[in-house]
Amino acid sequence: MSDAATLEFRSATKRYPGQSEPAVEELSLTVPAGEICVLVGPSGCGKTTAMRMVNRMIDITSGDILLDGRSVKERRPAELRREIGYAIQQIGLFPHLSVAGNIATVPRLLGWSKDRIRARVDELLELVSLDPHETRDRFPGQLSGGQRQRVGVARALAVDPPLMLMDEPFGAIDPINRERLQNEFLRLQREIRKTVVFVTHDIDEAIKMGDRIAVMQKGGKLAQYAPPAELLMFPQGRFVEDFVGADRALKRLALQRVRDVDLWKAPLVRVGEPVAEARAKAAESEVPYPLLVDGDGKPLGWLSEKALLGERVEHELRSSAEPVLELDDVLRDALADLLQDEAQYGPVVDHRGQVTGVLSIEILGHALRSDPDEVPHGADAAA
Amino acid sequence: MSSLFAQLRIREDTADSCVADNGFCPDWIADNFDRFVDPFWEHVYLTVVAVAIGFVISFALAIVAYRRRWLINPITQATGVLYTIPSIAAFFLLLPLTGRGKTTALIALVAYVLLIIFRNILTGLDNVPDETKDAGRGMGLTDRQLLWRVEIPLALPEIMAGLRIAVTTTVGLATLAFFAGAGGLGGQIFSDINFKSNVVVAGGLAVLLAAVLDGLILLAQRAVTPWTRAVAAR
Repeated sequence: MSDAATLEFRSATKRYPGQSEPAVEELSLTVPAGEICVLVGPSGCGKTTAMRMVNRMIDITSGDILLDGRSVKERRPAELRREIGYAIQQIGLFPHLSVAGNIATVPRLLGWSKDRIRARVDELLELVSLDPHETRDRFPGQLSGGQRQRVGVARALAVDPPLMLMDEPFGAIDPINRERLQNEFLRLQREIRKTVVFVTHDIDEAIKMGDRIAVMQKGGKLAQYAPPAELLMFPQGRFVEDFVGADRALKRLALQRVRDVDLWKAPLVRVGEPVAEARAKAAESEVPYPLLVDGDGKPLGWLSEKALLGERVEHELRSSAEPVLELDDVLRDALADLLQDEAQYGPVVDHRGQVTGVLSIEILGHALRSDPDEVPHGADAAA
Repeated sequence: MSSLFAQLRIREDTADSCVADNGFCPDWIADNFDRFVDPFWEHVYLTVVAVAIGFVISFALAIVAYRRRWLINPITQATGVLYTIPSIAAFFLLLPLTGRGKTTALIALVAYVLLIIFRNILTGLDNVPDETKDAGRGMGLTDRQLLWRVEIPLALPEIMAGLRIAVTTTVGLATLAFFAGAGGLGGQIFSDINFKSNVVVAGGLAVLLAAVLDGLILLAQRAVTPWTRAVAAR
């Protein structure tokens, strides 16, 4: 299909007969093409209803929803839905169909040829980090929860829809796998650049996944619609303030990755190097201690004074290199690691494991105070 | 009644003491097996045709009731009444209308299996997980596509279970079909109810038939629901 669509809610309202309060009231917001919009709020705030109005799983009472400028109300529901990827928390894979059969659902409805479907299935399985040969012919009952979730996402992406609806897609997954799936989806999104409506009740997930966040409150009212950094810096009103939490300053650290901040230059030394050189490096750096690395540039630990007493640097450490941080770690996790190891500094390594710099508590303190406009978010964070 | 059946004795006076004593006589069975063959095939016919017709009607009823839930109670009650009429009474009630023969027997047998199959199909459809249906609709399956591609395939285990109960029950009930003049193994049993050899062979064939048909449906079920075993094999 196409790359991505612009989605616009125009005073979209859902009112159920016999209920005094609307489920969604006058919701107006625009999701630019290629961005992830997270609908977040407590249960009963109408976020799922709002999402389901987009593909007409729930019909709009008044107002309108436009997909690339065209009202969804003009479209035949089944036809509209085939153009919109749909992934839900319970996944809803068809138990009687193989993984390939599940992914092929919409392509078959659209009458794709067998060869085209087969090629697309394999392509999608690789896209969601599953081995096509191993997975293709399995039934959903033979997969782990994480694998099922990946198949669910692959199925939603099958015909390359310009818009994806995702209702708590990682909600039923254990925290460790959820984190992995979130990261994978963000990596995927950097490639595919779909417009995504993502529903969650978890503000941390919203901050992590969203380019924009729509906070909704009971009665289906939109409380604030803003990029994550803005939401955390300037929450509008008591409700949003309470919802984003008292630790919102800390949460902002989740918006940045280690690679986004200016790291300190590490005074790297190797065993056998002249002590004078090592001392010179340490004097130049903001870090007062030289960092001993091995021949490959991998960190061994912080040198003690004793190692610098002779002519040449010796293998004498004051402390280990822990925590070793990675460029893709979010700052909040990096801070947690530093606190865990009671360390002031942590060497940062690239994907080869070589030290590229040092992250300190001081840098993190600076990041906390920085302007939200400079803070990248969502899929941009590691782009 | 027993005096009536006594006249139907199937053996000539014989010197064989086993036969004379109404015992279980392998020699007699070997020599007289032919007489069981035709009733056996009549029995197969009655069972298979009754269940097949019953299935078609129940299936249609279940599909209609699945979409229009208010029909479930009336249909359950109506088929429930048919289910509780003793078959033998049904045969005699139908005789003035449809006469003696297979039609009468089939009507009564079909009436009996409707409730069993109807309820199983409906249960099977109702047990399809909501999230599966939601995902199907959300991906753009129409109601009809959802029914034929998702709901019915997923209901197959219950549908097949219903067929197995219907078939085994019908094999048993069809032994009474000879009262309607439809033949079957029942006729053979009642032709000499005192002669063990006869009763054991005719009754045994009915049991065997029930077991074989049950097994065939089980095999068919395994063939059409591979996913259920794939889960167990994990």
